[in-house]
Parts: sequence; C-alpha cells; structure tokens
Amino acid sequence: MNIFLVLTFSGVALGAIYFLAASGLSLIYGLMDVLNFAHGLFMTLGAYAGFEIATRLPSSFGAPTLVILAIVGATLMGALAAGVTELILIRPLYGKPISQILITIGLDLAVVGLLMGGFGSTALQIPVPLWLIEPTHIGGLYLPNASFLAIGAGVIVLVGLELFLALTRYGIIIRAGVENREMVRALGIDVGRAFTLVFVIGGAMAGLAGILYTIVFSGDLVSPNQGDSLLIFAFIVVVIGGLGSIRGSAVAALVVGLLQQYTTFYIGGHSGWAQIGDLSTVLLLAVVLEWRPRGLFGRVA
Amino acid sequence: MTNAVEITDLHVTIAGSHVLQGVSFSVPLGGVTALLGRNGVGKTTTLRAILGLVASSGGVKVLESEVVGWPTHRIVRLGIGYVPEDRDVFSGLTVEQNLRLADSGTGAKYDEVFSLFPELKTRGRQRAGTLSGGQQQMLSIARALLNHRPLLLIDEPSKGLAPKIVSEFANVLERAAQHSTVLLVEQNLSVVRRLAQRIVVLDHGEVVHRGEVADLDDPTLVRQLLGVAGAA
Repeated sequence: MNIFLVLTFSGVALGAIYFLAASGLSLIYGLMDVLNFAHGLFMTLGAYAGFEIATRLPSSFGAPTLVILAIVGATLMGALAAGVTELILIRPLYGKPISQILITIGLDLAVVGLLMGGFGSTALQIPVPLWLIEPTHIGGLYLPNASFLAIGAGVIVLVGLELFLALTRYGIIIRAGVENREMVRALGIDVGRAFTLVFVIGGAMAGLAGILYTIVFSGDLVSPNQGDSLLIFAFIVVVIGGLGSIRGSAVAALVVGLLQQYTTFYIGGHSGWAQIGDLSTVLLLAVVLEWRPRGLFGRVA
Repeated sequence: MTNAVEITDLHVTIAGSHVLQGVSFSVPLGGVTALLGRNGVGKTTTLRAILGLVASSGGVKVLESEVVGWPTHRIVRLGIGYVPEDRDVFSGLTVEQNLRLADSGTGAKYDEVFSLFPELKTRGRQRAGTLSGGQQQMLSIARALLNHRPLLLIDEPSKGLAPKIVSEFANVLERAAQHSTVLLVEQNLSVVRRLAQRIVVLDHGEVVHRGEVADLDDPTLVRQLLGVAGAA
C-alpha cells in the first residue's frame, strides 16, 4: 500500500510537469492553429538558463536562493525565447501550417545543435540544496521534497491560468479566440497581440517545466535533448485533454503521469521492460483517439 | 461623404470558385439598404469582403477609407457593427463576457442595450451557448449596438426565428437605423419592406438590380430576381 501511495504522489508530480509542458502547447494550437515543435526547445533553454544561474552566481547567495533564482530565470528564459520566436519567425507564417512546422522543427534542431556545441552533449549537473533531495516523512511515507515543488508549481500555474482566462480582458479574448478567432477580429480586436501573449505564457510554462523536470525527475541533470523527450509526452497530453483546453490538459497530464508511474513499476518492474511506462501512454492516446477523437475536453470541430 | 460604403468591381474567389464577379454598388449614408438574392449568390461573401474576412480584389471604400488589404480589426474600428449570419456568439463565455469583449472602451451604451433586451441583463452570468436561438440573436445584435457605430452590417437577422421574435428584432433595427447606416442581408421580404429604403439584388456573383424598396411591389420582378412570390 505504501508503495502505491508513493507511486501516486510521484505520478501526480510527473503529471504537474506534463501539465506545465502541455498547457502552453495546447493554448498555442487552440488559438492560433500553430503546431509548435519548438516548444521542447523552450523547455531545454529554460533548463540551461537555470543551470547558468545556479552555477555562475556566487555561492554566497545560498543554495535555496540560487535554486529559486534558477527557477525564475528558467521561466523568464522560456517566455523570452517564445516571444521572440513568435514575433520573428511565426508571425509572417500565420495561415501556412506546413511552413510553421518546418520552421519550428528547424529552429529546434539548430538551437539544440548550438547548445551541444556550447555546453557539450553530456548532461550537466545543477547544484540544488540538500533539502530538495531529501524526503519528507508523512504518515509512514517518505515523499521526495522536489515532488512537492513540482506539484505546488503545477497547482499555482493551473489556478493562476484559470483566473487569468476567466477574469482578465486578454484572458477572455484568448478563450473567445480559441472558439472563433474570426469573430474576435470582427469585433475590432487585434488578435495578433493575444497571439504574442499566448506564446509568451506558453514559453514561460515550458521554461518552468524544463527546470522542474531537471530537478525532480532527471537527477538534477541538464542535457540538450531533454526538452524534445518531454515534448512527446506534452503532445500526448494535449491530444488526450483536447486542443485548447487548460482543464483538459490538467486532467490528461494527471492521468498520463499516474499511468506511467504505475505501469513502469508494476509491469516494468517485474518484466524488466522499463519502457512499458512510455508505451502505456501511447496506448492510452490510441484508445482516446478511437473513442473520443476531439479529446476529453476538446471543442467540437 | 455621401456614401457609407462604395464597392467597385469587387472579386472574391473561394476554393477555386469565383464567388463575386465584379460587384459594384454604393450604400448611401443613412437609412437601410437591403442586399438581396437567392441562396448562394454571394450576399454573405460581400459583407465578409467589406470586413476583410475573405481576400478580395477591387475597390471597397468604407466611411471614406479604401480598406482592401487592411486587417479586419482595423476596418471594424472605422466604426462598423457586425451581426453575422449564424450569430457567432462565444458559447463558452457568459452573456456579460460576450458584451465586455465587444466593448471598445469609448462610451459603451450598456443601459441602452439592456433597455432594448432586458433579458440580457438578467442572464448576464449565463453561458451564451445555453441561450435559445432568439436570445443568441439578441446578444449578437446587442454586441453590434453596444458602441456607437456609424455603419451596421447585418446578415439575416430573422434566420430560423419565430415570426413574433422577428418582429421584435425588426423594431430594434428600425430604431438603430435612425442613428446608423445599415446594410442588411435578408431573405424575409416583409422585414425588408418594413426596414429598407433601397435594394441591391445579386445573382451569380453580380449585381443584377439596384433600386428602391417599392420595386418589390412588382411580383414579376420579384419572381424574376429572387425566385419567390412577391407577397413573401
């Protein structure tokens, strides 16, 4: 029973990171029909920005301050990279989906290549404070502190995003635009600004996902291809949850995170086939596509 | 300025189909001009071309500005209110949020809109997708009337609605036309007779008749141009 509870906790933490990675991707596609293959790059850039901050700032800041600055820096880096990408590369290509896919894949390959050239292809270690590595003892369970960080960040972003979308004018423009972009324009609203804002928000969450994945699930290691690996699961979550739906992404991320943890341990652990966790998520995707092609919370096409 | 809209040799091609083939007509300032024709002749496409929602070539002058090639939001900000054919309310947003979205921030007339449609005030927190067809049309018209707009483009406001509701909407549009120029697409000829002063008839993407609303009193002409009985 204890193992099941620890796996559940870990699955929720993984789901929180998948949510951070997927929700921006979902909003970007839902509002702009842009299939953004550079989203994984924003995660990687966030993780490297975090690494730079944590290793280059003087240790006199103290490990807790450094890790907080690394997380903030990763988030800002993701937002900046996404904003610049939208303004320079995506904006001239609206309405040209093939060109968008090619340019975002090209950008990802090029910048990942540059990162490999600059930092090497081997993984780099981010220094984190000891309390982040240690577990907390609750009711007979030892739960990793880093997972609390991921879950906390996921909950804060989910609530913040829901409030932003429900209460602010830009949030309402984004929701309306996901539903009927043309009619938003016909009300005299410049949807282009909302496009840039959604890219920036999505990039910020990707950067946050990148650094948290590093700290929580990849042994504090940063590598050039980590964002691309995470992007595959983000796409799976987006399709299962329904394009353009934040709640859909949250529910799907939780389901995928839990399923991956359970199958990896209960089936992979006994058979020695560790990749069964990844395979199970793809099977879930196939089932959802067959049963409900628009996803759990997706709009009717 | 004598015309709110001047369209000259307007062409629109959609998915290989030449929908508008050199349409030319003007909408004089003030009153209601009805754009008529059988289904599929290009009436809705004409409105969408004025708004820049479909790519077009030719001349479109709106409130003194040549607007072909402009982005839609810039054309609308010249002073256009638009009621689309299928209402297009944002179903996931509340009534209040739909109205807030239309608010241009320069003296929105909420009181006036709520006096025209009191139901919208009481249903402010209801999601627009759960409204009836008539209520959705109220919301769609209310969005167009919320700000002062010198030009209203209104596409088939009576479509799919009960006669009593159609009559209520005609009252509202009659009042709106006292302050704005209206270009109205409408199949219901009794509504056209009541509201419009001028008519433009399209057929196969071309203008085939321009005249006064009194022309609709000639049953032969109505049957020839619209394929319906004159008394419809």
